[in-house]
Amino acid sequence: MEKQFKDKESIEDVMQMQEPSKQNRTVKIESRNMELYYGEFHALKGINIAIKTNSVAALIGPSGCGKSTFLRSLNRMNDLIDGVKISGQVLIDGKDIYNSKALRIEELRKKVGMVFQKPNPFPKSIFENVAYGLRVNGISHKSFIEERVERSLKQAALWDEVKDKLKKSAFELSGGQQQRLCIARALAIEPSVLLMDEPASALDPISTAKIEELIYELKSDYTIVIVTHNMQQAGRVSDMTAFFYLGELVEYDSTKKIFTNPEDLRTQNYITGRFG
Amino acid sequence: MLKGIGVISWEFLTEMPKDGMTSGGIFPAIVGTLLLVLGSMLVAFPIGIMSGICMSEYVKDGFIKRFVTVMTNNLAGIPSIVFGLFGMEFFVNELKWGDSIIAGSFTLGLLAIPIVIRITEESLKSVSKTFREASMALGATKLQTTYKVVLPIAMPNIVTGLILSLSRVSGETAPILFTVAAYFLPKLPNSIFDQVMALPYHLYVISTSGTNIEASRHMAYGTALVLIIIVLMFNLLANWLRKYLSRKVKMN
Ligand SMILES: Nc1ncnc2c1ncn2[C@@H]1O[C@H](COP(=O)(O)OP(=O)(O)OP(=O)(O)O)[C@@H](O)[C@H]1O
Ligand SMILES: [Mg+2]
Repeated sequence: MEKQFKDKESIEDVMQMQEPSKQNRTVKIESRNMELYYGEFHALKGINIAIKTNSVAALIGPSGCGKSTFLRSLNRMNDLIDGVKISGQVLIDGKDIYNSKALRIEELRKKVGMVFQKPNPFPKSIFENVAYGLRVNGISHKSFIEERVERSLKQAALWDEVKDKLKKSAFELSGGQQQRLCIARALAIEPSVLLMDEPASALDPISTAKIEELIYELKSDYTIVIVTHNMQQAGRVSDMTAFFYLGELVEYDSTKKIFTNPEDLRTQNYITGRFG
Repeated sequence: MLKGIGVISWEFLTEMPKDGMTSGGIFPAIVGTLLLVLGSMLVAFPIGIMSGICMSEYVKDGFIKRFVTVMTNNLAGIPSIVFGLFGMEFFVNELKWGDSIIAGSFTLGLLAIPIVIRITEESLKSVSKTFREASMALGATKLQTTYKVVLPIAMPNIVTGLILSLSRVSGETAPILFTVAAYFLPKLPNSIFDQVMALPYHLYVISTSGTNIEASRHMAYGTALVLIIIVLMFNLLANWLRKYLSRKVKMN
């Protein structure tokens, strides 16, 4: 079982303590003593976490505790914001994404896809939205793109609804469809990690259920990190849950443990709805 | 306005001025104005649009950005006669282009550059950052994001703004006074180093210092109306293009 990493324990020690059946599952995403500042504001404080390949990790915590900030540091989206300073390490597939000369930032973002809180399709056709990631990565082979677009839309459970209007504007879709389009768009470039920031918060219950189903299916091929304010949702979709509070990672454990028997009082209070 | 309508006829639009500008048409002035608009476009758009893109997408907030912003604001506020004098001194005399279309175009272009920069910069800035993030998150470079996502979205606004800036340029008298405009030149130019007549200046001449002001009064009304119609057409074109482009980028 995972434990919250104390400073003296290294991640490797904890890994060895794990039961053998889980040991061969490699760590996909890892952060070591990661600190993040927005100018003077200390937004993330010494974050240590390890997320395994092909698992779903949910990030929960009250508003403003740093969930989105942490998520965005995994594909270096925070680089776009002026005045952000990051120290410590973030490793994906064992490579330090902030200090590795071998890994171009565009390569990283290809590998680590992202779905945003509000659906944000481009003002282009449905087809071009999904094809965009392929095009900017230098793929121009027509039939290859067509196949990939179809496959991604199928993966995102949207194909049947849009297959007759691929040339139509993405803005003609409903909010839930737009969000699935954004998922398809992210899947088209075959990332191995999918970051989702409250992907269902702007959607109705049926669309939400569809997205959750999708997450469940995608898990076998992707490592998914999802931010959610919805406890039931975290419980339904995730294997592991991380509770953030005021920029700290308070507790990280199996979802079951976090929701039934958390170690930390702050986690317990949050889960039971005493603050947040 | 009404007095102008009676004057306008096919002859008025297509003939050379006659009899000391008291009769005949204003054809060379119309052509001159259109040439100057085209010329200043060629001067101002490439530089202005590029600078606007740099300012909005590439230059980080800080001293340089503030400096350039202040400078462009200042330039946009300078009276156009100052541009005219500068154009005369630099393009006409220094570069020895003489009174010519090219000197006038550069002078008008210079006047338009700060406006073009502002229009481009503001239009790009108003593009929501969620589109940029979506693009970058898919592994697009900044350059790809700018020209594949941000520019197309901003294009309707940029185009509208630019055409409106043209209508401003087409009505300016002061900058062309000493750089290109001919008092009376009843023929079309042969090269960009020729002088031309232009509507605003022609209007100025026949209503203040023509050979016979009273006799050319009706010509002045007609000319004013044509100028107004040209400006109006620019505005309509801008409007129509915005609608057309908005549809094309599939923005609802
Ligand atoms: N661009 C920014 N500049 C400065 N401070 C920021 C910026 N973005 C976020 N912050 C601050 O960092 C802290 C963490 O923000 P973050 O968006 O990560 O919270 P969150 O946990 O995702 O909250 P929510 O649940 O409301 O989305 C907040 O206090 C916020 O005010
Ligand atoms: Mg957030």
